[in-house]
Amino acid sequence: MTARSLLLEHAYDRDLTQLGEYRAVGGYGALATARALEPAGLLDQIITSNLRGRGGAGFPTGRKASLVDRSGAKPTYLVVNADESEPGAFKDREIMFRNPHLLVEGCLIAAHAIESRSIFIYIRGEYLTEYEVLQRAVDDAHAAGLFDDVEIVVHRGAGAYICGEETALLDSLEGRRGQPRPRPPFPPIQGLYSSPTQINNVQTIATIPKIIELGANEYVKIGPENSPGTAVFSLSGNVVNPGNYELELGTPLRELIYDIGGGVADAHELKAIIPGGSSVPILTPDQLDTPLDYESIAAAGSFFGSAAVIVIDDRCCMVQLALRAAKFYMHESCGKCTPCREGTRWMVQLLTKIEEGRADRADLDLLANVCDRVLGKSLCALGDFAVYPVSSYMRKFRAEFEAHVDEGGCPFGGESSVEGILAPIDQHAHHPTVEVPS
Amino acid sequence: MELYTAIQQLRAQYPESRSAVMPALRLAQDRYGWLSPEALREVAEALDLTPAYCKAIASFYDMYHLAPVGRHLVEVCTNLPCALVGAQRVVEAFELELGIAAGETSDDGAVTLRAIECAGGCGRAPVVVVDNRYREPVHPEDVPAIVERLRDGS
Repeated sequence: MTARSLLLEHAYDRDLTQLGEYRAVGGYGALATARALEPAGLLDQIITSNLRGRGGAGFPTGRKASLVDRSGAKPTYLVVNADESEPGAFKDREIMFRNPHLLVEGCLIAAHAIESRSIFIYIRGEYLTEYEVLQRAVDDAHAAGLFDDVEIVVHRGAGAYICGEETALLDSLEGRRGQPRPRPPFPPIQGLYSSPTQINNVQTIATIPKIIELGANEYVKIGPENSPGTAVFSLSGNVVNPGNYELELGTPLRELIYDIGGGVADAHELKAIIPGGSSVPILTPDQLDTPLDYESIAAAGSFFGSAAVIVIDDRCCMVQLALRAAKFYMHESCGKCTPCREGTRWMVQLLTKIEEGRADRADLDLLANVCDRVLGKSLCALGDFAVYPVSSYMRKFRAEFEAHVDEGGCPFGGESSVEGILAPIDQHAHHPTVEVPS
Repeated sequence: MELYTAIQQLRAQYPESRSAVMPALRLAQDRYGWLSPEALREVAEALDLTPAYCKAIASFYDMYHLAPVGRHLVEVCTNLPCALVGAQRVVEAFELELGIAAGETSDDGAVTLRAIECAGGCGRAPVVVVDNRYREPVHPEDVPAIVERLRDGS
């Protein structure tokens, strides 16, 4: 077994939301160690640890921090992305709810590394309970004198997936509609309030105290060489034991789903696995031996993403699943750039036509064509995220898509596990219907 | 506390006051139940913004209500992980129990039912959010008791 608790150590046997309990297990010790270091020395530690961003992109955290303009012309900001909204992901929620002080400590250490005195944590609006727990941890740590001259503001979102995209998050935090910005300039040079800004995911920041505690040279030895450390994996879907599991990176997918997750629920057959949240390409059972780390999942044709593993059994119609995913991305497209705004809607139209048995083979080609016109051509990654599920389901389950066309309807005949699943109709109602030319 | 005064306190948290628009809209919505034109005007005045600007912000985010909602809000996640384990049956159970379709409000004004996107409760799916608090998991057989309690409490 390669289960290993760093971020969630003691989180289930103690109430770590209490400052006293957190301190009793060594909490805020890493902050003292970090503050004894010069910012440059601290940054070296983070670089040495080879920690990679846990939010999805996997960019080396130390390198990102070293890009922050610290010339002092403007204040520097640290922004924590707690807008966890990727379908399948609920790991940041667990960390904030169970171990909020670890995030606060990580914020204070990271702020020291980039010489920032102003920290914003952007938490998704739906996480009300987690917000309350986190805000209390912030208040308690502040009252205990741990902040020095640093300030932390916890800012609540209000329901927009796009705000997990870092520049959309910055616009939202500035009090605008959350729409991505063209880059360059990149946030380390010109981010929040046009000032140098470092943006990291909750889990990335929460890992930093553990790196300081263990020492970067020890942390880097955990897991595979290019993807060191642990990550909290969110396991969901048709599996016996869904939940959050902290594992060393490089743990095989099979171990997570079968040894830890107890296998496919209700003795059904495994049909497919989404390894990193709904936005990443899908894997099939022959890929179960893929180790869960950045390089290995990329080699298997998908992405580590947000470590959200969704298990799908053989009762699921892949056209319906693709349609549901496509409706999500259509709804969440911010509307700023044309390929994503129009392309996501075309995908929904075509998939609806396929599912309802009104499509012909040329529509499958048209759908692939629409995907190609969105992929890599949108202002931010949301366009790509909309394409990956649709194009990968179509590639890996081509026969099922063709059966819909050839048989003039869904071959599951109303028995699919996701039959009739609603996209939020009240939210989609304002989208006018666009006729797709044949 | 007056809404105006409460918004000034929010304003002080940020280097630029425009940043306070989201928490200010939330305060106004909590106070009035929804963001009426009058509520938007109050927020705008407190932040030196225009009502149109505030409406542009409010209309971008799903959690702001630009029309009145019921005294209770029931939201059922129907995204992939919840869909795979029967979220649709839960939506249907609420529709049956309340006599309305998703997106509507019951005649007595007690409950607004919505299907929503991923709430981040996939580990204990299907997730239902009642007045911003998560209930995980909720199965169709749990629905009548939830509805009864909401109706009694209103």
